[in-house]
Amino acid sequence: MESKSLALENDRDIAVARGLVRKIASDLGFRLIDQTRLATVASELARNVIKYAGSGRLIAQPTESASGRAGLRLIFEDKGPGISNIGNAMRDGFTTGGGLGKGLPGSRRLVDEFNIESEIGQGTRVTIVRWK
Amino acid sequence: MDGARIPILKVGRVLVVPIQFDMDDQTVIHLQERILHELERTCARGVLIDISLLEMIDSFIGRMLSDIAAMARIMDARTVVVGMQPAVAITLVELGLELKGVETVLNVDEGFKLLRAEFNTPDEEEEEFYWETSVIGK
Repeated sequence: MESKSLALENDRDIAVARGLVRKIASDLGFRLIDQTRLATVASELARNVIKYAGSGRLIAQPTESASGRAGLRLIFEDKGPGISNIGNAMRDGFTTGGGLGKGLPGSRRLVDEFNIESEIGQGTRVTIVRWK
Repeated sequence: MDGARIPILKVGRVLVVPIQFDMDDQTVIHLQERILHELERTCARGVLIDISLLEMIDSFIGRMLSDIAAMARIMDARTVVVGMQPAVAITLVELGLELKGVETVLNVDEGFKLLRAEFNTPDEEEEEFYWETSVIGK
């Protein structure tokens, strides 16, 4: 299965993103609970893109580990203001956006791999992987 | 994905809100406003939100459920959320969401039992319910 890219431009795209991710996860044969985890992570991270950067995109890549295990990688990238303190951003309950502060730390708990790169004034890229 | 299409039914003194599809953010905000409006208009004492068809609760929807419960409480109504799917419950806990102030039960029957116990009225009285479907425009 090839990669899919989705432009994230407004609130509605958050729901589109989680629907797309659920569909891909289901097509890849992920269990229901993992489909739910992936859809929830997609919703949280797509919302961060819209909320903090205004727009960006989601790339969904079916992938395989060195040992041949199937998985799904999701990349959320934007050209927004960047995150000044990633340590704070990853802390439960910390927020600069008036939310609950669960988006990033919560998302990390729902996936197997979680990586965040950010540069002030350049943008942010969050990459997650969930293995089957 | 249009908020006006989620019905709000009045059954006795309970507003029943069956959420039957994934809602985008605007739909969620719109639904919250409509529930509060209907609480005021109908003087309902309870809100029963059926999420059995909801396949995901993220922090945004989770907060909406908490906010509805808090606002309804201020308007002297109790909120109960029914029918959460197991996968959704697991994900909620992993995400770290508590759904503060929201009571959850397994199904609609249990939800009604809980609300009626709260109103402290005999079931026969509540059985004399009437249906009223309210669909308010966008």
